[in-house]
Amino acid sequence: MAAAAPVRVYGPPFSSAVSRVLACLLEKDVPFQLQPVNMAKGEHKKPDYLKIQPFGQVPAFQDESITLFESRAISRYVCEKYSTKGNKGLYGTNPLEKASIDQWLEGEGQNFNPPSSVLVFQLAFAPRMKIKQDESLIKQNKAKLAKVLDVYEKRLGESRYLAGEEFTLADLSHIPNTHYLVNVCERDELFASRENVERWWGEISSRESWRKVVDMQKSPPRG
Amino acid sequence: MVVKVFGPAYGACPQRVLTCLVELGLEFELIPIDILSGQHKKPDFLLRQPFGQVPAIEDGDFRLFESRAIIRYYAAKCARDGGVNLYGKTLEERALVDQWLEVEVNNYNSLIYTMVLQLLVLPRMGQGTDLELVRDCKGKLEKVLDVYEERLSKSKYLAGEEFTIADVSHLPNTRFLMEEGMEDLIKGRKNVYAWWIDISSRPSWKKVMEFLI
Ligand SMILES: N[C@@H](CCC(=O)N[C@@H](CS)C(=O)NCC(=O)O)C(=O)O
Repeated sequence: MAAAAPVRVYGPPFSSAVSRVLACLLEKDVPFQLQPVNMAKGEHKKPDYLKIQPFGQVPAFQDESITLFESRAISRYVCEKYSTKGNKGLYGTNPLEKASIDQWLEGEGQNFNPPSSVLVFQLAFAPRMKIKQDESLIKQNKAKLAKVLDVYEKRLGESRYLAGEEFTLADLSHIPNTHYLVNVCERDELFASRENVERWWGEISSRESWRKVVDMQKSPPRG
Repeated sequence: MVVKVFGPAYGACPQRVLTCLVELGLEFELIPIDILSGQHKKPDFLLRQPFGQVPAIEDGDFRLFESRAIIRYYAAKCARDGGVNLYGKTLEERALVDQWLEVEVNNYNSLIYTMVLQLLVLPRMGQGTDLELVRDCKGKLEKVLDVYEERLSKSKYLAGEEFTIADVSHLPNTRFLMEEGMEDLIKGRKNVYAWWIDISSRPSWKKVMEFLI
């Protein structure tokens, strides 16, 4: 066994927000330890966990100098702290690049994530949890997501990735939800019907970092 | 260079940017966009903001949208140039600012945005308010504010002892709670209320409120 890694991530890899952080750490070549949080048993709402994440959500993150939550804040921090490791351009190398990445990362958080999270829950998780799907909610959020993807289709016709010519945190942040929508649900016309979005998804989803996350999702480490 | 800010001064998201620019002492020009007539969905504006939302900025030949990306950009720039620092002095401090900015977006803004839509926007468009949804949001907001109360009992501002863009970002939506009959949510929590009084009495916020008159 290797010595305990200084970086710890709390949460199950099947969670989109957790896997966002894992993909970022893998891109940055930063070793980490995954600390299981059993959500089915409500461990994320227990006092011990609330000490590190007061809202009772996953993930949470710790290294030798900080305890942090919110997946996109953690990802930004990891990029800044380990700026010389792994993928050095993941959060840009100058202020203008960073601004563009932040712009599309905000777009992900506020325009893409809300409808896609509803769809992931309704289409991927509800059936497994034997919860009845809400057809009108699905329809409504597919329409919302389609509008967002129209903007992406245009953008990705102008640049290879969302923030420019390089793969960045802005692209990475889209992978976890899109992965469920494209693979776990039946193959979805939402992505495949848009040429540039389809090309982009092909590129970002085949990165080694994400493939490793998918492996972790299939066989989560036991704790 | 004067920063051009596109958006109406009454919009919560433009206010976030304006307050930040005033705090940083940067010159700007406000270019009104008429949301009521749908100017933000017209092709001209969509070139600045493809999702059809305000605000957007232009600074020489640099353009940017998303209010929180804009305030991060200018706060980082000022701090780097040795000016006002609203974005933490160390990597760790900055990470906490980012953390509370994310909390604001995901746990605070998302609920209040829905309430604003239900209570102010839809009625103006002749549509009804879903009172049950509003009640549900309010209940969730109580829980979120309980966490804020706890946090603000330990530090003066959200990200620590200094006022940062994480606090700036909360101003517009908190004003909505104070002015639309939900001030109990704030006043009922000692530390949250003291924090609101503190941040809303800053000259920057007062100046942004003057744009509304
Ligand atoms: N995430 C965006 C959100 C912008 C936003 O929601 N703007 C509102 C005004 S506060 C708007 O443009 N509403 C009109 C619409 O969406 O049609 C930002 O922070 O800039």
